[in-house]
Amino acid sequence: MAEKLETAHAGFLRRYVFSTDHKVIGIQYLLVSMGMAVVGGLLAVLIRLQLAWPGEKWPWLGKLFPDGMAGGVMKPEFYLSLVTMHGTLMIFFVVSLALLGGFGNFLIPLQVGARDMAFPFLNMLSFWTLVPGCLIMLGSFLVEGGAAAAGWTAYPPLSAVRSAIPGSQWGQTLWIVAMALFIVSFTMGGLNYVTTILDLRTRGMSLMRMPVTLWTLFFASALGLVAFPPLTAAAVMLLLDRHFGTSFFLPSGLFFGNQVLPNEGGTPLLWQHLFWFLGHPEVYVLILPALGIVLEILPVFARKPVFGYRLTVYSLVAIAFLSMIVWGHHMYVSGMSPYLGEFFAIGTMAITIPSAVIGTNMIATLWGGSLRFTTPMLFALAALVFFGTGGFGGIFLGNAASDIYLHDSYFVVGHFHFMIGGVTLMAAFAGCYYWFPKMFGRMMSERLGKLHFWLTFPTFYAIFLLMHYMGLAGMPRRYYAFDRFEFLEALQAPQVWITLIAFVLSAAQLLFLINFLGSLLRGAVAGPNPWGATTLEWAAPSPPPHGNWGDQLPEVHRWPYDYSVPGAPTDFTPQTAGPAEVPITF
Amino acid sequence: MQTSNAPTKQSQREGRVLAVVVWLIGMAIVGIGSRRWLPPLASEHGAGIDSMLNYLMITVGALVLSGHLVVGWFLWRFGRGQPVSFRLASWRIERRWSLVPVVLLAVVAEGGVLALGLPVWAKIYGEPPAGSLTVEVTGEQFAWNVRYAGADGKFGRTLPKRITLDNPLGLDSSDPASADDIIALNEIRVPVNRPVRIRLRSKDVLHSFYLPYLRVKQDAVPGMNIELWFVPTRTGTFELACAELCGLGHYEMRGLLFVLLEEQFQHWLKEQKNG
Repeated sequence: MAEKLETAHAGFLRRYVFSTDHKVIGIQYLLVSMGMAVVGGLLAVLIRLQLAWPGEKWPWLGKLFPDGMAGGVMKPEFYLSLVTMHGTLMIFFVVSLALLGGFGNFLIPLQVGARDMAFPFLNMLSFWTLVPGCLIMLGSFLVEGGAAAAGWTAYPPLSAVRSAIPGSQWGQTLWIVAMALFIVSFTMGGLNYVTTILDLRTRGMSLMRMPVTLWTLFFASALGLVAFPPLTAAAVMLLLDRHFGTSFFLPSGLFFGNQVLPNEGGTPLLWQHLFWFLGHPEVYVLILPALGIVLEILPVFARKPVFGYRLTVYSLVAIAFLSMIVWGHHMYVSGMSPYLGEFFAIGTMAITIPSAVIGTNMIATLWGGSLRFTTPMLFALAALVFFGTGGFGGIFLGNAASDIYLHDSYFVVGHFHFMIGGVTLMAAFAGCYYWFPKMFGRMMSERLGKLHFWLTFPTFYAIFLLMHYMGLAGMPRRYYAFDRFEFLEALQAPQVWITLIAFVLSAAQLLFLINFLGSLLRGAVAGPNPWGATTLEWAAPSPPPHGNWGDQLPEVHRWPYDYSVPGAPTDFTPQTAGPAEVPITF
Repeated sequence: MQTSNAPTKQSQREGRVLAVVVWLIGMAIVGIGSRRWLPPLASEHGAGIDSMLNYLMITVGALVLSGHLVVGWFLWRFGRGQPVSFRLASWRIERRWSLVPVVLLAVVAEGGVLALGLPVWAKIYGEPPAGSLTVEVTGEQFAWNVRYAGADGKFGRTLPKRITLDNPLGLDSSDPASADDIIALNEIRVPVNRPVRIRLRSKDVLHSFYLPYLRVKQDAVPGMNIELWFVPTRTGTFELACAELCGLGHYEMRGLLFVLLEEQFQHWLKEQKNG
């Protein structure tokens, strides 16, 4: 340990840039994800601009994007690049980074009572592998043909044949390279998380005494480790198809630009299977840590134990297992065998059951509590509500028969924005407001935080709820404009409302950035445990020094949810409190 | 016992506001959802899909509403700063309570699939009835090529090598079956109340054959011949859209399905032969 702690006296670069301290790395991930979120959010604003007023001239935007918006009018290929990159950035480079890279890194060693990750150097390497991935992904906007435009799912042949769409030139290649770097980085991180949780738990921290956040981070990392490698393989195959004449995803007889391509023997369906074999577990990689954060925050601000801890853990096991065998529900109308469709529909509906158990446990945690509506609590409640509404929407899509009609419609767009947009972002905000004092030793402003909440929760809800109804009316997704079809005409008015609300939502996020930066400098100084919470990280100073604990590692005597135990001196009993001080309850 | 962060009066008011907002949202979801959103139905199997959707709208709608009401109620009731009663539910009680979501979702979600969904699915993907009309639809960037087999009932061979502007499907003229094939662009004509069998193909990228009024959606995959069938139940003109991202013109890949009376259809067919 002595050797590691030396770096605490090292120069600026070793301390804050190329640091092996899990807390610094976690904050680095969080900051990068915030930067990427700003870009992803601006892309969404441009998307909304086009959808509300298709073909409208915006001369100043024409100057900003001389290719994509020549003369100020958005080109369809630019629109598709925006859609593709918004999805890619938000899913992989914002939510994954914030929840696993950010909170995962920051919390795991602190909550298990370790001094750092199992492999601190690998941890640093993971972050610095990611940075070039981010730069390449962003840089792809600048190459000829623009950024990738085949959707975040990158279905071939559109993504495999370079003449299929302008963004399928260098943009798509850079997309593949950046994704490969992301996966490499994520794999290194995931190995670290799993190993640290399994091996570095301090004395007394048995598995069933772990906070739910750790359980969810554990399952998310494990899922990522199992699910990501197939996508790496698929990405390599796609790269070979694009540049070296192979035919993994390309059948014979493809006709592009007045000539027949020489490929033969492949099938585009192979990509879809490989992609969703990753893609579906990936949404649980995102949603599980978000649920963990919510389940961590609710008891703190209800001042009572979480309800159904055991059932939650068992439900997580069930979800993790089932999430690996339901990927085909993205492919009901893809042309795969209808028998598979039946299998995937039954499996998908099964996954709603453990999910509902977790949701009910969250709600039941509120019962009998004494609720404190702090900013973290408000965002945690928002995540809980979105998990309900979004999850219920999933029942429409997981059902093969109703999915025939809803597939690739705005119902899907609304649904996944509630789940991997709403639940995860609200939980990430909740987590930021909650752990900020631990990260920086200062509190975030409650006043700005609440304003941020009241401008975010209702607007987010309205936007993506409306999209559900538009999907029911038949509106297909990834359309550059909706003015070519009569059956879509009536839906143009809600497009304008959605865009106006989306502008409010986007602008409100500035409040968060202002609060974050302002509180870094001027926030009220926080003690080690400002919220009166029980988990181990609150036993360390705020911010914890390199190595986290003093001379001795903390020792754990109880589960993490002893709030308002009768007879205890305070309404929270830290995990470190021995049985002599307060009786063991669980 | 010393309590932490005791709620202020303002925090309690905020809790009430949030509770009311959550109630209102729950009611709004159901209120807006009770409007008729689906385009008017025009196919036989679509009735099955619509009843599936309606079943979900009612059952899931009830769950969404009660979920919001319960959460709002909890926020209202437990946001007043009253003391906490520490009651740790026993393992047995936890399991008993978890039966509520387990049973509800097993019935609504899994039951919906097994009892209503799979029969609809099986019918759609089952064999089409005898006497159906076969139409071949081939997607390309950004149009729908439509072909009828003609009097011999056989489609002529197509070869990608032969594709030209005048011969968009690459029809092989050396195949005698190709002589009477009828080819159209972006327009499909079918008789009403007779099963239509679509043979779906693609020349380049993925497309998706999407008839919103008929509740039909099926991806077209290059290298595959995918069959689907439906029975149009109303005469009229219905829009055909592409539902799988296929490139720049994805948003304007519009076709039309004309559902005609049987004699009108036969008349049209005859005209094509003469032409």
